[in-house]
Amino acid sequence: MKQKLHLDRAHLLEQLKQMLRIRRFEEKCAELYSQEKIRGFLHLYIGEEAIAVGIMSTLKTKDNIVATYREHGHALARGLSMNSVLAEMYGRTNGCSRGRGGSMHIFDKSQNFYGGNAIVAGGLPIAVGLAMANKYQQNQAITVCFFGEGAVAEGEFHEAMNLAVLWQLPVLFVCENNRYAMGTALALSESETNIAKKASSYGMTAVQVDGMNVVDVEAASNKAVEQIRKTNQPYFLECQSYRFRGHSSFDGQLYRDKAEVKLWQEKGPVIRLIQWLKENNHLVETELSQIENEIKAEIQAAITFAEQGEWEPIADLSKDVYSPAIEAPHNVSQGEQ
Amino acid sequence: MTTQTLSYREALRAGIEQALVDDERVFLMGEDVGRYGGCYGVSKGLFERYGDKRIIDTPICEAGFVGVGVGAALGGMRPIIEVMTVNFSLLAMDQIVNSAATLRHMSGGQLNVPLVIRMACGAGLQLAAQHSHSWENFYAHIPGLKVLSPATHNDARHMLIQALADPDPVLIFEHVMLLNTNGEVSEQSDAAMEKAIVRKQGSDVSLLTYGGSLAKAMAAAEQLQAVNISAEVVDLRCLRPLDTKTLLASVKKTHRAIIIDEAWLTGSLAGEISAIIMEQAFWQLDAPVKRIATVEVPIPYPSHLEQAALPQVEQIVAAAKDIMVAH
Repeated sequence: MKQKLHLDRAHLLEQLKQMLRIRRFEEKCAELYSQEKIRGFLHLYIGEEAIAVGIMSTLKTKDNIVATYREHGHALARGLSMNSVLAEMYGRTNGCSRGRGGSMHIFDKSQNFYGGNAIVAGGLPIAVGLAMANKYQQNQAITVCFFGEGAVAEGEFHEAMNLAVLWQLPVLFVCENNRYAMGTALALSESETNIAKKASSYGMTAVQVDGMNVVDVEAASNKAVEQIRKTNQPYFLECQSYRFRGHSSFDGQLYRDKAEVKLWQEKGPVIRLIQWLKENNHLVETELSQIENEIKAEIQAAITFAEQGEWEPIADLSKDVYSPAIEAPHNVSQGEQ
Repeated sequence: MTTQTLSYREALRAGIEQALVDDERVFLMGEDVGRYGGCYGVSKGLFERYGDKRIIDTPICEAGFVGVGVGAALGGMRPIIEVMTVNFSLLAMDQIVNSAATLRHMSGGQLNVPLVIRMACGAGLQLAAQHSHSWENFYAHIPGLKVLSPATHNDARHMLIQALADPDPVLIFEHVMLLNTNGEVSEQSDAAMEKAIVRKQGSDVSLLTYGGSLAKAMAAAEQLQAVNISAEVVDLRCLRPLDTKTLLASVKKTHRAIIIDEAWLTGSLAGEISAIIMEQAFWQLDAPVKRIATVEVPIPYPSHLEQAALPQVEQIVAAAKDIMVAH
């Protein structure tokens, strides 16, 4: 723990619980996937939980979130109910996107959670636009945009960096550097592997943080968010992390050594926090099992909720391609509106 | 009702200006729309009058600023995004197709993207193979988008306001050959934006067209009058959703249809309309549908080749004469 935050025990236990919620939820998702309850692609966040949990705990409800297709953790940490997230993955109408999007397209307008974007780097310009809307409307809200290091190779990444700094927009870019863009290692896809250095060349504050350490992430995010709110300028966090599972459910992981995965697992965000809490006499086994039991019950309830969800009637297939018909705007010009 | 004569460019500008005055959430954003006055001069003078918060010059990054438009629309603004030409819009196709068009349906109806994207299109200025195309149909293919093609000065004046009133993403295609032409502009729009309009009544053959080809169809109809062929000219106006009711009513009246489309024939909107007629008015036809489209080449630079590639009035006249004798 490099940066001593307000190491409040209750808060650390809460952060542990949030990370464990994501971990256990996704382990169950993998199981449900093999049972064919969840279909399509399933991108697990296991190993990277400290990032979403650390950052979300520094935000306000009015702030906007833009995430990627690996966003179950972000949704849960943001405050979407496990019920609505799992039901979405089941494709049922009680899912947060009415079951239309599935695992990759989790939306919740009430939480200002704007997806769920499955185009690598596609969310970055949108986040810049949301930040622009906030600035213009003086909402005092910031936009947080999560993306993987794979997005850094895309043109839209660089266009978004440039525009955010050029127009001085209140956006926090969070690069979740898990070292592999699908199966391609960082060194094989980037001319400069220090992503923060790349971002800083656009003229914004950009720092690297240990993304496996929830306290470090939270401390860095606190600082970033405070600066953005004060200056209305963008800020860049590169969270160095590792995904313990494959890219998606179809990944044989031929591109990396098992030993490497094991090494990273040993410094995983959950295990390290548990160790630290125990070493410092902040956590006893019974508390941990109580947390685990609460999560287990929450997951079980979410499964029941999802399984009871309705399928959307085929008659509604085309609903919401367009907004409901409005009064045809004819003869509205020149003061007749 | 008073009317005034404006160039197509001035009519577009008047529409933008009204939007800026009517709604403070509206801003115009694009490459060189501000200090330069717009690549085609459409927004000339607006920067001076409305300032850099409402008229925003962007760097050259179509995916970036169109995506910013999507985000700003989600965040409660009403952006008008200008993309210099349809060719450049391909760089922003990800944001238009993967984001703007999908977000409402994919989010289960929670979000909508009230975004207007304007762009220049069409050939005739000898701008060669990367600035001259008619790709309205790329976008008319996409559920979630609405696609407008203002062919008249009055539509140039009013369609933007109609598009901004729509809660979903609307693309407006402005044909470059119309910009310098003068025409009548009234205080009112001709019809709701999704309606096709019969621009000239006729009884023998329907000329179905849009955008830069409307004037050609009108000229052809006039020539046909001299040889006692009464051509009806239908201006599609909205390419998605298509006003099939109006175009089918015309075909059922004249029993003959010629579609004039500046796009390439293969996979064109002309093909789509032809299929609609086949499916829904086949027994009303007295002759097979004809299509006049652009020759399938990248638009070449020299004028004689460029013009040879494009639909021309003489072709429309010849096709109409031909369709009248076909049995």
